[in-house]
Amino acid sequence: MNPVDIIVTLIMSVGALLMLTGSIGLLRLPDVYCRMHATGKCDTLGESLILLGLIIYQVYSGHELVLDKVIVPAKMLFIILFFFLANPVATHAIMKAAFIIKTPMWTKQGWKVWQKEESR
Amino acid sequence: MKGSKSGLAITFILLYVFWILNSGLFDTFHLSLGVICSFIVAYMFNDLLFGSDAKPGRVLLRAYRLLAYIPWLLYQIALSNWDVFKRVMQPEMPINPQVIKFRSGLSGELALTIFANSITLTPGTVTVDIDKDGTFYVHAIADEPAGSLLTEPPCEMAGRSGYIFDECRKWNS
Repeated sequence: MNPVDIIVTLIMSVGALLMLTGSIGLLRLPDVYCRMHATGKCDTLGESLILLGLIIYQVYSGHELVLDKVIVPAKMLFIILFFFLANPVATHAIMKAAFIIKTPMWTKQGWKVWQKEESR
Repeated sequence: MKGSKSGLAITFILLYVFWILNSGLFDTFHLSLGVICSFIVAYMFNDLLFGSDAKPGRVLLRAYRLLAYIPWLLYQIALSNWDVFKRVMQPEMPINPQVIKFRSGLSGELALTIFANSITLTPGTVTVDIDKDGTFYVHAIADEPAGSLLTEPPCEMAGRSGYIFDECRKWNS
């Protein structure tokens, strides 16, 4: 195995592990707000690391064409930038929608509906 | 079309580079098609990127500061993923969900957007709602993340994102 393969495998494994963490968090945490914590954060970095591994693999894969060495990695970089802009916005949109329709929230004292005036 | 000539030129160049990277075809037909499309879009919408009052130099300075902000944000994102990993993988799950409210001291739309996105990506906190005066409602998953935002003066992250848009002085000076 050459060193590039090892680095790419490591980066993509960490990415896959983070996606797994996000999925386990989605199943284990009690309510929609906490679940968005797990998916909103872990998906962003997990997907980006998997794409980063693909970029490194593509650059060092020994293609002759400039098309494959520059343009395909550049497109994947655009996808990473898009994740970093779109993922927090989507998380925020789901959280705000859940608050507007008064989804109950899990706290240590039990389930309750949050009011804007109550927050400290 | 309200922006300046140099704003138009910079918008056109950015759009054309984006076009070339996405098309990947270098024959005359596709390159000239790109020139036409980029020029029409740059002509109609350059006041979105360079507002009628802002000078291009100011916008480029902000773009540079935004780029300088990204490495610190990436470090915070890595910390935040490690935080979620620790909480989710422990059998007893140390969580104490709560909603907190604080004044950020920011007012510009873009500064508020970037700060809200940064809050969502950093450890244990997700932005829920923002009022017009810069008051943030944040869902925190436990006590420590909530405490890190409720410091006085407003937290390090608000200072860093405000500095990009000249709304506060440099956060560490």
